[in-house]
Amino acid sequence: MATTMSGTATRVTHGGGALAFVRGATGPLIGLVLLCAFLSFSTDTFLTLRNFLNVMDQITVLGVMAVGMTLVILIGGIDLSVGSVLALSGMVMGYLGDNRAWPFVLAIVVALIVSAACGLVSGLMVTRLRMPAFIATLAMMSIARGVASIITNGEQIVGFPDWFSNLAIIRHFGFLTVTVGLMVAITAVAWIVLTYRPVGRALYAIGGSQEVARLAGIPVRRYTMGVYVLCGALAGLAGVILSARLDSAQPSSGLGYELDTIAAVVIGGASLSGGVGGIGGTAVGVLIIGFLRNGLNLLQVSPFVQQVVIGVVIAVAVAADTLRNRRG
Amino acid sequence: MTASPDPRGLDGGGLALRGVGKNYGLITVLSDVDLDVRPGEAIALLGENGAGKSTIASIISGLVRPTTGSMTWRGQDYAPDAPAGALSAGIGLIHQEMRLLLDLSIAENVFVGRLPMRGGRVDREQMNRRAAEQLRRLGLEVSPTTLVRDLRVAAQQQVEIAKALTLNARLLIFDEPTAALGAEETERLFDQIAGLKAEGVSFIYISHRLDEIARIADRIVVLRDGRLVATHDTAQVPVKTLVEEMVGRPLDRMFPDIPPPPPAAPLIEVEGLTSAEGAFADVSFSVRPGEVFGVAGIVGAGRTELVRAVSGADPIAAGRVRVNGDVLDLKGPRDALDHGVVLVPEDRKAQGLILPQTIAENLALGNYPRVAPSGWITSARIQAFAAKGVARFRIKGTGSMLVSELSGGNQQKVVIAKSIMREPKVVILDEPTRGIDVGARAAIYDIVADLAHRGLAVIIVSSDLDEVLGLSHRVMVLSRGRNRGVLDREQAGRVSVMELATT
Repeated sequence: MATTMSGTATRVTHGGGALAFVRGATGPLIGLVLLCAFLSFSTDTFLTLRNFLNVMDQITVLGVMAVGMTLVILIGGIDLSVGSVLALSGMVMGYLGDNRAWPFVLAIVVALIVSAACGLVSGLMVTRLRMPAFIATLAMMSIARGVASIITNGEQIVGFPDWFSNLAIIRHFGFLTVTVGLMVAITAVAWIVLTYRPVGRALYAIGGSQEVARLAGIPVRRYTMGVYVLCGALAGLAGVILSARLDSAQPSSGLGYELDTIAAVVIGGASLSGGVGGIGGTAVGVLIIGFLRNGLNLLQVSPFVQQVVIGVVIAVAVAADTLRNRRG
Repeated sequence: MTASPDPRGLDGGGLALRGVGKNYGLITVLSDVDLDVRPGEAIALLGENGAGKSTIASIISGLVRPTTGSMTWRGQDYAPDAPAGALSAGIGLIHQEMRLLLDLSIAENVFVGRLPMRGGRVDREQMNRRAAEQLRRLGLEVSPTTLVRDLRVAAQQQVEIAKALTLNARLLIFDEPTAALGAEETERLFDQIAGLKAEGVSFIYISHRLDEIARIADRIVVLRDGRLVATHDTAQVPVKTLVEEMVGRPLDRMFPDIPPPPPAAPLIEVEGLTSAEGAFADVSFSVRPGEVFGVAGIVGAGRTELVRAVSGADPIAAGRVRVNGDVLDLKGPRDALDHGVVLVPEDRKAQGLILPQTIAENLALGNYPRVAPSGWITSARIQAFAAKGVARFRIKGTGSMLVSELSGGNQQKVVIAKSIMREPKVVILDEPTRGIDVGARAAIYDIVADLAHRGLAVIIVSSDLDEVLGLSHRVMVLSRGRNRGVLDREQAGRVSVMELATT
């Protein structure tokens, strides 16, 4: 794969033109195209509209979380708490909406606020206490998971209003569920802000060098806080979406999702040291994981083998990127 | 006076290079170099960046293999394929970029890879004792258990030197060793070198500072565009000749004429400024429009800390800074920037540039309102903005090049351009010419003159005293964090400044 890649991720972090969305992620994009081509020829069912729409529904949760994770990784951070925050969000919503019979919309809003507050606490630990993001969010991962279980003493919450579940089921205009639409909209807005707005460019600068960014007058702490809050809120939204899809909320949901999310962002060409990456690449990374899972299911590959394959894909994607950068 | 290359054939002893060259693909960075270094001799390699000095150093120290030619060392063929090979042969390189393990102690850094052992365990007592001896030899008064991260740049460099001194090397290559050192540390290093020369150790010394080279080197070898252009006995060569050989053209003057500033109210006034970290106390001065104000002092005098505090980069405990009468909020760089105070920081790689990004991205940083007044930053607008900066500051490159690919001089121009494109009123330059070649240096002096001409206030900090004296209308001398006096251009000379600096 390495030999077919062109351009350097670091060089073209900035878009412009028709292919602007995936600038800097040409390598992963080629991988995605090859994957789709392979699956189209090796199965009858892959290249159908129905299958495509199924995959879109399946990747919604991952796609929403990956947007927040992209921002965090771009500024040189990491957020390990997203899987736990997702569970906490679902449980808060379910508890308030079902067990306490609050208006369901209000329950959703509170769930999102709680999730954003988790991000706020992580952000405070990183900016004020100067804790490494890995440790701060590892702590938050444990705290949020614990609180999610405390709410109902570990019980799951089943059965939400029909209109809520329908958000993830009814395909408007024959193809678009509200949840998928939400994911697409969030991705688009994030892409526009990151690519074209000063605040987005500032995040790249913070990831490149915090000190350089600070001396240039960028409010590094405030932006860092903002990114963690947003990442928490998006993880919470993903929890709401997952609850709608499953018509239930469980304290154990989203286990290990933080690693899937980080994997999607990294496959999309982002660097864990910060400053390199983009929403376009992340979208490609999410699609690769989504299509790969889907295709392996269609090929009736066992879930155990699937884990191995996804691990290999992560290693190959990052190794190809590293090799290319070293050559360039 | 230009001497011919030395007669071939050494009587054993030293290092000899014959016809050494290096190509990377089609690009030749070094061609056909003959060079001899005798035991106990110090030779200086002189040349602009890209002239091939560092390539020679890398070849001799085993970092890079030559494409052509051969070397002999102490009478035997010498072809190291790794730095370890060079080290065991007794050749050590003290690199321009420090290679220290920041989170280990000084002692561990000095003995890394050859920790003294006793009974299967690291003998910390012996290690610390021997490291302390070396530090004392260098006159560094810190505990060997101090973490390298906690040392300032100058002290870190001394650890590198201490490390090399414990290796019992017979040939030491210094690549810009004094770039980060003040006058006192430099003197100490020179004493060390003189002592080691007497013991028969040879030196290859790379520096841009001609006055240093004149003191330290027995012979001077001038390189240009990868070729050896001249060899001189140090005692016989005028500085002007060297500079002209390096640049390849006659050099009329180094420092531009900067006319005295017109009488006017001060643009920036610093009153009783005191560092929150104890680096300086109660410093007051003011700078008028069109004035170049120098800040001199030895390393550790608090110069960098002072100018960082003035620009809001570091916290203060007391005092205030006024710009056009407005008191700055110095809790961060933001308010100072908004009032037109920009800092070109000391360490361009860590504080001035985002190395993995392009020239264009770096120039745009902090300049978004000027890149795109509408707030929509497109690739085309960034490139257009960068093209203006590249042209105005004569940066050798294009907007889409990575700054990490540029020479030190051009990187420095990018940092300066980024700041000046903010249209500031007060420009603070901290060590603006550290480690950059003569040509780029002259270009930066011209920029300073232009800023003064356009009515900006310029504050310049430099360890190069000639530079401070050559550019400034007035020079403030700091010593141990205090303002020891402000000298007018007429009064300011090497002696008067050093007298104040050492009080």
